[in-house]
Amino acid sequence: MATAHDGRTAGHDSRRELLDGLRALLGAARVLVEPEDTRPYECDGLTLFRQLPMAVVLPESEGEIVAIVALCRRLQVPVVPRGAGTGLSGGALPRGDGVLLSTAKLDRLLALDPLARTATVQPGVRNLAISEAAAAHGLLYAPDPSSQVACTIGGNVAENSGGVHCLKYGLTVHNVLRVRGVTMDGEIVELGGHAPDAPGLDLLALAIGSEGMLLVVTEVTVRLVPVPQFARCIVASFPDVESAGNAVAALIAAGLVPAGLEMLDRAAARLVEPHAKAGYDLDAAAVLLCESDGTPVEVEEEIARMSAVLREAGATRLQVSRDEAERQRFWAGRKNAFPAAGRAAPAYYCMDGTIPRRHLGAMLKSIQALEAKYDLRVPNVFHAGDGNLHPLILFDDADPDSVRRAEALGDEILAECVRLGGTVTGEHGVGVEKLDAACAQFDADTLDAFRSIKRAFDPTGLLNPGKAIPTLHRCAELGRLRVSGGVPPFPDLPRF
Amino acid sequence: MNDAGAVVDELAERIRAAAAARTPLEIRGGGTKAFYGNPPAGEPFPTTGLAGAVAYEPSELVVTVRAGTPLAELEALLASRDQMLAFEPPHFGAGATVGGCVAAGLAGPRRASAGFAYGGVRDFVLGAKLLDGRGRTLSFGGTVMKNVAGYDVSRALAGSLGVLGVILEVSLKVLPRPPVETTLVFEFDEATALARACAWGARPLPISATAWHDGCLRLRLSGAPAAVGAARRVLGGEAISTPADASYWRQLREQQLPFFAGATALWRVAVPPTAPPLEFGDATLIEWGGAQRWVRTAAPAERVRERVARLGGHATLFRAQDRSSGAFTPLAPALLAIHRRLKAEFDPAGVLNPGRLYAEF
Ligand SMILES: Cc1cc2nc3c(=O)[nH]c(=O)nc-3n(C[C@H](O)[C@H](O)[C@H](O)COP(=O)(O)OP(=O)(O)OC[C@H]3O[C@@H](n4cnc5c(N)ncnc54)[C@H](O)[C@@H]3O)c2cc1C
Repeated sequence: MATAHDGRTAGHDSRRELLDGLRALLGAARVLVEPEDTRPYECDGLTLFRQLPMAVVLPESEGEIVAIVALCRRLQVPVVPRGAGTGLSGGALPRGDGVLLSTAKLDRLLALDPLARTATVQPGVRNLAISEAAAAHGLLYAPDPSSQVACTIGGNVAENSGGVHCLKYGLTVHNVLRVRGVTMDGEIVELGGHAPDAPGLDLLALAIGSEGMLLVVTEVTVRLVPVPQFARCIVASFPDVESAGNAVAALIAAGLVPAGLEMLDRAAARLVEPHAKAGYDLDAAAVLLCESDGTPVEVEEEIARMSAVLREAGATRLQVSRDEAERQRFWAGRKNAFPAAGRAAPAYYCMDGTIPRRHLGAMLKSIQALEAKYDLRVPNVFHAGDGNLHPLILFDDADPDSVRRAEALGDEILAECVRLGGTVTGEHGVGVEKLDAACAQFDADTLDAFRSIKRAFDPTGLLNPGKAIPTLHRCAELGRLRVSGGVPPFPDLPRF
Repeated sequence: MNDAGAVVDELAERIRAAAAARTPLEIRGGGTKAFYGNPPAGEPFPTTGLAGAVAYEPSELVVTVRAGTPLAELEALLASRDQMLAFEPPHFGAGATVGGCVAAGLAGPRRASAGFAYGGVRDFVLGAKLLDGRGRTLSFGGTVMKNVAGYDVSRALAGSLGVLGVILEVSLKVLPRPPVETTLVFEFDEATALARACAWGARPLPISATAWHDGCLRLRLSGAPAAVGAARRVLGGEAISTPADASYWRQLREQQLPFFAGATALWRVAVPPTAPPLEFGDATLIEWGGAQRWVRTAAPAERVRERVARLGGHATLFRAQDRSSGAFTPLAPALLAIHRRLKAEFDPAGVLNPGRLYAEF
């Protein structure tokens, strides 16, 4: 059954038919075709990959999405959904033979129920806008990606985004109750619901993190949680990266679940300090940010326990936020890491592997060795509590050799993550960027099962084709397919 | 593990043979949840040969166990390191296995929590190995907290009742046991209990379970001593002593309270917590801050389901003599089509627990 959509090019006539059809549905103003209009959509946050779409459409309702999907299905044109375009793996990368469907005009908050503690929003609503609306009721939407001022809830659902507070409060998948959307065969489906669960298989779990390949999300109901009464943050300095890594494991082993637990190595701390003025110890090999939230008494008790564990683990200095302004300043440093990397080099490449926490120190050591090997700087910021790494590889995108070295270095980091029992992506998605890396993580049967899921939701294969799940051919070409049980999978498959 | 490998090979061989002969198989752990879902049918296919923990890293908050491991054994292992399964699963019998626990997807009283700290079974599944209807071993997710490579199939196995495949092994996130737990009791009628539970849920209080029946609302608080103490002062109510409260929540979880005795059909109603008191049934027991309600009624299934649908929820015929009306609320046609296609992909011959979730597949 050949369903994967591969490089079908719309002929001149069908292109005309498509554009006429889209204009009839939306009016000319919401169908962008000229390169100067579609240029802003040519890439997402991963600027290494660029492609102009055949057209960009800006629907204003679910009904319009159903009609767009029906037209594209009839003409066999791929559809790529897009939120704010802050994705870091090329998930919203357009196709030259496809339509880019932007949710920019679907940005209304539909309902907020403070008693049920839920908010129902359109997919183009920004992450932070939900918490801003909920603040009046003492509630917030917990997952807080650093991009939260810009990224949309539709994008968060597609990537299963996390934030610095997800150790205690969970990822997108733990905080979304219901997703409504349109499948490529034009059906409106509701996954999950306002009740704590829904009948049948948990399709909501499959949809979250599906990188826009299973359905176009048209509505999301999220769970809101009470705003913690009080919070304090410790910044702990460590003389070497291993002891910082071990401190993370020690905190968890002591039964503590910090509200946030993040790490910056010296290079990262020095990168952010001039701009964020966070007050980090710039002589430390690594600093850990460790937050406690709750009632004031609870926080005092927890901060004392955390401090003891951190000291025991070898922290040479502890700064505990004295007031809310200082706490915000501590976090501003961490949240400014990406922009600071952007200022420090012509380009940076953000990696996103996850490893078991106990290997953090060793992993940092390996990255230091790779810096030397490839002659590139790699400051590190980690969602340490979750073992999620964001090494920022600084390089020069105008220099092909520098680009090549950056990619090779990144590949080595991801391979190490898989070797340590982790994953090639913790929260940014596979997109187009990590298709090769995914070959190394999954065996052929499991990749085939992923394609089964894609087919079950999208028999047409037209929704965001070519992302997230590598083809067996691609993996075979790379010679990277994970070998299970000593037998290379598909030994007969031709390798080009 | 070579032994485990051999067991899996044997199971895979049996599935391939069953698929070729179109012989339905009834996947069976301890058999403690055979009452749940549509009646099982087919040749017994035991998972009990797949026993034991594969890896336990307390400092990673992760445990990986084979599906046939007794749930009680896993809980004892975690307790030895002061950790626990945060979804507080019901056993419903001595032989309950981890695989059955995940496949049934049932969570206990702790699901009530307002924050993320606790949740449903799927919220704690990090990875799984699955033997599908073609006899292939598939490996989803992993042992790390954050992982977005590939679709999140392992979470979707929670509550799948074996229709996609035989769970061989699961990796679960575990949590430290709260240092202190206290139960408060309030005399409230149903409407007041619902209103209070919702209002308290919107405040940052360490509530880890709620239960209302027979004019009494019980509230369990879990956490650090300071947090529990402070919440007690805010909430008032009367505290009951620790041993009595622990056994109360266990009896509730295992459905051993008097409410659960008797022959009238038992319905599990899942609704938004703000839904008003249900105006049907002989008796109601309310958990999860109002979101899970147990109802005893002999009313016809369609009537129960129609009323619950109007409240934005769904109703499961949980325990009954006659399950001919289907245990679960029927799916909308578009969703049913996706379910059928998933079943056809994972189990083309339709031999794994056919009909257990829905008669259609
Ligand atoms: C500076 C910076 C910091 C970041 N920090 C974090 C962080 O802390 N944590 C984190 O997890 N991520 C982070 N990200 C990554 C990114 O912000 C998230 O992945 C975010 O969820 C993407 O949202 P978006 O609206 O920009 O989606 P886009 O980039 O537009 O799209 C992302 C994916 O979602 C799909 N999609 C979008 N809308 C829909 C829809 N309505 N229906 C179906 N599919 C849809 C797209 O097809 C694509 O596959 C960061 C990015 C930047 C640039």
